[in-house]
Amino acid sequence: MSLTDQLVQFVASGVTQGSIYALIALGFVTIYNVTGIVNFSQGEFAVIGGFVAITVAHKISLFRGNAQVALEWPLPVAILIGVAAAVVVGSLLYRLGIQPARQASTLSQIVVTIGASIALRGMILLAWGTDPYRLTPFTSGAPLRLLGAVITRQSLWVIALTGLAVIALYLFFQYTLTGKALRASSANPNAARLMGINTNRMGLVAFALSAGLGAVGGIVIAPITFMTYDRGLMLALKGFVAMITGGLTNPFGAVLGGLLLGVVESLAAGLLSPGYRDAFTFIVLFLVLLIRLGRMRRRGATAAMAGL
Amino acid sequence: MSTKRFAPFTLLAALALVLAACAPAATPEPTQVPAPTQAPAATEAPAPEPTAAGPEQGDPYLLGAFFSSTGPVSSLGVPEANTATMVVDQINAAGGVLGPDGKLHLLELKMYDDQSDATIAVEVVKKLIEEDQVPVIVGGTGSPQSIGVIETVTTAGTPFISVASSSKIVNKDDGSQNTWVFKTPQQNLPVAQVQLDWLTAHGFTKVASLGVNNAFGGDSMAALRTVTAEAGIEIVYEGTFEPGTTDFSAQLTSIAGTDAEALVVHATPGEGAPLTVQFRDLGLQIPIIHNHGIGNRAFIDTAGEAAEGVLFPIGKLLVAEQLPDSDPQKATLLQYSADYNAAYGSAPSTFGGHAWDGLMMVKAAFEAVGTDSAAIRDYLETNVTNFVGISGIFNISAADHTGIGKESLVLVEITGGNWVYVPPSDYAGVP
Amino acid sequence: MKASALSGRVAAVALVATVALLPLLVRNNFQVFILTLIGIYTMLTVGLSLVMGYAGQVSLGHATFYGVGAYATALLSARLGLPGWAALALAALLTGLLAFAVGIPIFRLRGHYLAMATLGLNVIFVLILKNESELTGGPSGFTSIPPMKLAGVVFNSDAAMYYLVWIAALGVLWLSFNIVRSRVGRALRAIHASELGAETLGVDATVFKLKVFALAAAYAGLAGGLYAQTIRFISPSSFDVLFSIELVTMSAVGGLASVWGSIFGAATVVLLAEFIRDQMNALLAGATGEGEIIIFGTLLVVIMVFMPEGLVVSGMKSFRRWQGRRRAPTGV
Repeated sequence: MSLTDQLVQFVASGVTQGSIYALIALGFVTIYNVTGIVNFSQGEFAVIGGFVAITVAHKISLFRGNAQVALEWPLPVAILIGVAAAVVVGSLLYRLGIQPARQASTLSQIVVTIGASIALRGMILLAWGTDPYRLTPFTSGAPLRLLGAVITRQSLWVIALTGLAVIALYLFFQYTLTGKALRASSANPNAARLMGINTNRMGLVAFALSAGLGAVGGIVIAPITFMTYDRGLMLALKGFVAMITGGLTNPFGAVLGGLLLGVVESLAAGLLSPGYRDAFTFIVLFLVLLIRLGRMRRRGATAAMAGL
Repeated sequence: MSTKRFAPFTLLAALALVLAACAPAATPEPTQVPAPTQAPAATEAPAPEPTAAGPEQGDPYLLGAFFSSTGPVSSLGVPEANTATMVVDQINAAGGVLGPDGKLHLLELKMYDDQSDATIAVEVVKKLIEEDQVPVIVGGTGSPQSIGVIETVTTAGTPFISVASSSKIVNKDDGSQNTWVFKTPQQNLPVAQVQLDWLTAHGFTKVASLGVNNAFGGDSMAALRTVTAEAGIEIVYEGTFEPGTTDFSAQLTSIAGTDAEALVVHATPGEGAPLTVQFRDLGLQIPIIHNHGIGNRAFIDTAGEAAEGVLFPIGKLLVAEQLPDSDPQKATLLQYSADYNAAYGSAPSTFGGHAWDGLMMVKAAFEAVGTDSAAIRDYLETNVTNFVGISGIFNISAADHTGIGKESLVLVEITGGNWVYVPPSDYAGVP
Repeated sequence: MKASALSGRVAAVALVATVALLPLLVRNNFQVFILTLIGIYTMLTVGLSLVMGYAGQVSLGHATFYGVGAYATALLSARLGLPGWAALALAALLTGLLAFAVGIPIFRLRGHYLAMATLGLNVIFVLILKNESELTGGPSGFTSIPPMKLAGVVFNSDAAMYYLVWIAALGVLWLSFNIVRSRVGRALRAIHASELGAETLGVDATVFKLKVFALAAAYAGLAGGLYAQTIRFISPSSFDVLFSIELVTMSAVGGLASVWGSIFGAATVVLLAEFIRDQMNALLAGATGEGEIIIFGTLLVVIMVFMPEGLVVSGMKSFRRWQGRRRAPTGV
């Protein structure tokens, strides 16, 4: 493979990976916009969605071999059930863990979502164990060659679904009543409440929605990278960095941030050092934060006042 | 600060916690309970006391074990723990171990999970030695867990059979062997030597090496460096990936840009399978050879078609049926396979085999010398000769506490979703 | 004030006496080892409490400094041949300085950003440990760390390390108590309550936060060095993000803003884990690791939701409320 071919390939793979980060980041943005909380367990929704879809679509043994499941239902059904499962978990998480802690300090909230992610990971581990599992690709067929790079058909699905998700989210927030209510809750919770919007209900919707987004991400990547119980943490971290790169509250920014992160990672791992690949994520984060801080400083505001 | 007024209460609470932890912990002398009630649940048949002329029952023999049933290396640890349970149940179902005192002793297995963590490994080993007072320990799934407990078992004088692969487990810096430590898996070096044989059969001079960045992968990659350097083969690309990585396209693309003639992978199925799939998807035409980390069904199941044509050196367990009947290991391998399948509903892996070897060596030691730790250690060092195990035929000596090497490995190719033995004469023809 | 100062002193004496006598009361070396681990983790948790509870800064990367101290001690004593005590002291100092340097850019951040930055620091640190095998031994770890030797005594027994670790832990606790009670402690609490407000009163928030961060890191470095000298083998996976989160759990359980709470938190987590491993082995069919993960995750959520000040402080408040109800005259 020539260098140009390689570069194209790095970018192509980076875009695929970055789309997953984008989906996770969208989930982060949704929750943050409505509740002001950063949900560290966002990654676990991707894992749950992926695993449930795999369980429904394939033969699998759960709970260390104590339960044999052989549903083997059609893939679209499996995907829907996977997303539904994550939505249920996300809603429960909100009701049981987040809503009671709404008034607590940022620190408490961060720690609550960390605790939740740990507990969820433990349950995932209990059910599915440590082995990797694969979901069948949505469409079968050989990978395609585009501009010297190899793109699997599943990668196209990944990119397409991410694009769809962004557009759907945008339409949802702009044109539906619930979407507008969500935006109102984030812009001014008190005013929203005065207008009769139940901010607790909005929080629930936000969590359910982002759980669904995360699940879609997990399901669509499972055919390429398989699913293991511990994917959640790294996915969450990278999604978070993508969110920050794109500017905390902007869904389009989150997607761009995710894509950018995926490509930077891919190029750095390919051209510089594969061993430090995960480090590049945080180097990007540090750079972005420093740049932001610098801009704030020049405008004369302190980080505290600007709330960064 | 009014908190301080109640600080003594905090203290008492902490103290109470500590003492509470002391109280329900294992009773000091577990062997006081009469032998029959100690039998683990799996004894369907009653212990064979009916024969009037049979040996009488003695106190149970304690056996300590610890594996990583959870955590990053649990795919290795779970089959090991399962094997331990199965072996002990089998021995007890047959009445137990016939000790040097002429009595039958049931085995009592004390097993803990170290969660793939070296600190917890030290903790549970100390617990096994001090609280449970076991005379011998088998376990230590990952190399850090095994290395971490060397100090403890040496100070306590308890023999320890490790199931991890790093040579540092038994080798001291000066090359002599750690007195109280033995291990059953082959070192990583013999595995690399088999890979080298295959490489030279094809006449390859340039290879790419890609491995998981943990103790297993790191050691394996170092072994490859050693053997290729001696043979004059150049490693044109050497890269790592973190455990849990999902996307290998960057590394694989880089490899595609080199003139490597083959790819050597050092990983377990968690990463090895997606890596192989992405390798095929990328359309790379060079052959791919793994190390012994993919010796279980999960690799084939998850990698699917991509696994076709994958080669790897492994112990003989996976191709037991294909061995000639004259092979001394064949009967043992088939029996273990059948037993494990019957007990757990899945095929065994070579990792479980390492545990089997350690446990059976302990059984032999119990039969010969009873439960004195020093005697067991001496037995292991001098009497394990031509011992037919799962991982190989062991010959342990004072200079070699591992006892098996390259001769215990075979090259296997995955064909039609199954493992197929490749004799050395055919190396040049595969894949 | 006198009464509480006196009871404070009583408590301190009680603690020292307990620490001194416990090894004689417990039954075997395994339990001594557990108590030693609690001592090491106490040093880690106290630092984290100071940073998170008093200064109000989120640190999800405290294990980094634990690891720096451990590896620094290992390198200094095994590779450079420095005596154990010198390696320890130097390691703690270096860790503190590193934290100070790293804190300068990081502490300009707040809330989630700060949390992420500390987490990122941890990830990068572990990657360095794994990749730079020439220096650190790589993922297989660093072996043959020499034991502490002091005044001719070699500390290679469980009991000896217990006392060494707890002497250090008691020192760290004493220092922290004094800090909390002093001007510095008041400044920290002011910063926690309102950084802007504190600054108007002349408190340079950034410098204070940095100093606390550096001190906590020095504690962690000391703990890391002692860990290295206890187990005599260290590997990168002991210092990863998951352990940082475990430290946050210990801190939260004991009470984020409580020095006494840190002993309690460390002890509870260690003993609870041991309890799960011991008593629930049969219940969980050997899957005690998963059980532990779920229990600790849930515990963290429950505590942050219902008892955010930690078990110690919340427990005492309930106790006092109960006392107050008993003593209050009827009808009030």
